[in-house]
Amino acid sequence: MLGLNKKDSKFLIIVILLTLSTPFVMQPFSEASALSQFNGGYPDLMQRVAIFGIFAIGFNILFGLTGYLSFGHAAFLGVGSYSAVWMFKLLSMNIIPGIVLAVIMSGIFALLIGYVSLRRSGIYFSILTLAFAQMSYNLAYSVLTPITNGETGLQVRPSDVRLLDGANAPDYPNLFGWTMSTSYKWEVWGHLFTFNVGFYVCAFIAICAFYLSLRIFRSPFGLMLRAVKSNQNRMSYTGLNPRPYTLAAFVISGMYAGLAGGLLASMDPLAGAERMQWTVGGEVVVMTILGGAGTLLGPVLGAGAIKYLENIFSKINENILHGWFDFLPEGMENFFVWLFARFTGDGWHLTLGLLFMMVVIFLPGGLMEGADRIRKRFGRKSDDNSPSNPAE
Amino acid sequence: MDQIILQLLNGLDKGSAYALIALGLTLIFGTLGVVNFAHGALFMIGSFCAVTLQKILKISQISIDETKVDFLGNALKVKTPYVEIWFGEATGQMIIDWSVPLAIIFSIPIMLFIGWAMERGLIKHFYNRPHADQILVTFGLAIVMQEIIKQFFGANPIPTPAPDFFKGSFDFGQFIGFEVNKIIYPYWRIIYFIFSAIIISGVFSFLRFTTFGMVVRAGMVDRETVGLLGINIDKRFTIMFGVAASVAGLAGVMYAPINSPNFHMGMDFLVLSFVVVVVGGMGSLPGAVLAGFMLGILESFASMNEIKSILPGIDQIIIYLVAIIILLTRPRGLMGKKGVMED
Repeated sequence: MLGLNKKDSKFLIIVILLTLSTPFVMQPFSEASALSQFNGGYPDLMQRVAIFGIFAIGFNILFGLTGYLSFGHAAFLGVGSYSAVWMFKLLSMNIIPGIVLAVIMSGIFALLIGYVSLRRSGIYFSILTLAFAQMSYNLAYSVLTPITNGETGLQVRPSDVRLLDGANAPDYPNLFGWTMSTSYKWEVWGHLFTFNVGFYVCAFIAICAFYLSLRIFRSPFGLMLRAVKSNQNRMSYTGLNPRPYTLAAFVISGMYAGLAGGLLASMDPLAGAERMQWTVGGEVVVMTILGGAGTLLGPVLGAGAIKYLENIFSKINENILHGWFDFLPEGMENFFVWLFARFTGDGWHLTLGLLFMMVVIFLPGGLMEGADRIRKRFGRKSDDNSPSNPAE
Repeated sequence: MDQIILQLLNGLDKGSAYALIALGLTLIFGTLGVVNFAHGALFMIGSFCAVTLQKILKISQISIDETKVDFLGNALKVKTPYVEIWFGEATGQMIIDWSVPLAIIFSIPIMLFIGWAMERGLIKHFYNRPHADQILVTFGLAIVMQEIIKQFFGANPIPTPAPDFFKGSFDFGQFIGFEVNKIIYPYWRIIYFIFSAIIISGVFSFLRFTTFGMVVRAGMVDRETVGLLGINIDKRFTIMFGVAASVAGLAGVMYAPINSPNFHMGMDFLVLSFVVVVVGGMGSLPGAVLAGFMLGILESFASMNEIKSILPGIDQIIIYLVAIIILLTRPRGLMGKKGVMED
């Protein structure tokens, strides 16, 4: 199917089904139950999972395949957001021109930055990308204010030109009249499922992005990228120049990041410079590593896990904790509440940092390696060609 | 002319901070071959050592003064710091006032311990892993450290004033023959510069003139041979890690009055100090110091109004721009050695 072998087709179908059923998967508990706070099936979170999934898939094409660790991908996310919002302002609230321009602009940026940065490798490459990202961030805040609107961030206004939009076109980002924020709710057996237009747009694009990365992983081009990772010298000795391949990978992953940025702006038509800060670039690194760099599914899982946990952990406050430890004697209850409050709510980043360190130390292959180990433990021999294996 | 001298001076104190952090980073990289993304966090912890000492000194005994009332009509609570009770009022207040310089002594054992614990507990296991893994694990550690500090001290910057003795400014222009009030420079920044010069020369002479330093330098060149000669080089490198951590910590302690410590200051400095290290040349100590001062001075020159009017925004990006140009024209940095990090 679609140029994939049988196994990959099956894999792709599973991924498609999983993606489309996200509103069910992330909403496992009924509204009335005490566990309903662990439900993640609301539009904003689902959109973010899909968008950051795209971001991480793209990042993985660069880091997972070639081993070049970029800390500057946030710059492309920001460029994508800004271009999309400009298209909303100038052309139309239809998201298609915005997303197309976001991908093109970030592609151009990635070409420029990649051309310069890829002259060096290893830590130097990381520092160069970091420097470029910080430069774009600082410029977006200061000199480029006419384009980026500085600290306030770029917003759409009723007074915008919007050349292509007719008189009664919706004032919100839409796809041929379907507003992104429209949701259909379905209540069944006490469960509340939300089907959001924006999420399905993101999900559709995410599936396409996943399919593309699957094809890249299986293509001769993907093989070349792996060759760059395992031994660049040997590759040069065979008469191949690694530079064009790494540059192509860099541009592709930059375009993925721009696409994610454009989608972020489409879901919420606002673009701010803080999206370009290098900590955002660090976040996608964390997602990819957590899920498993170099695997196909890993980055998506990592993005999903981090966004989901972020939402859940930030919501838990001391009152909820008091409810949990109610059964303990008072002193112990207070102690446990104090202890857990360090890691939840505002302390979510602490949990994230610890989790990330644990993964890097004990499970360098990320969640996918963990899954593999469990599978081996239970005796099922893992197949070497299985797509979920860490690619090396 | 006076503007140029003023910017030169302004650049010196920022450059001193960059140079100190970059020196520690290079020391770790040169000895252990580890890229330490948590070094900015060590700088931040140093700053918070000053904050902690200030808080400890201000721990007060609360007594109730019946003769006065506060605005609610209750008896007024009078806080008397214990140091004032123990040492008398004048001495006590002086001790509190001098909390930042005192924090230098307070922070050295703490930073040495943190450095030792970091190396033995975590970094040790990453010698044989790829550089990317080292970057990632120390990046994670940096997040954890800054979040722990945030849990204890909150997210707001905590003002940590310098001693009264150093408040005010020094009229440097008058000193070298300009008009009065042309070149004014705060005393504390001069102190910071002198302090960092002392630390830097201290580290250099430690490496240059002591037997310990000689062994460490030998180990930087060829670790295996030094090991074969029967010297426990690992132990010395661990100590060097502690030294590097305390250099970063001291830079942080002294920086506290210039910039009120907050939990993410480490990350802000980290990016810059990595740029400094790369510009100076990975593994070269003089390079790190030189690049630190150079970039600090360039940064303050770029923020001059005359230059900003020609090239708007240049002050925001000058450091990164210089780094990019240097990395592309001199791939090893200013004084980088051959064969270091060239994979």
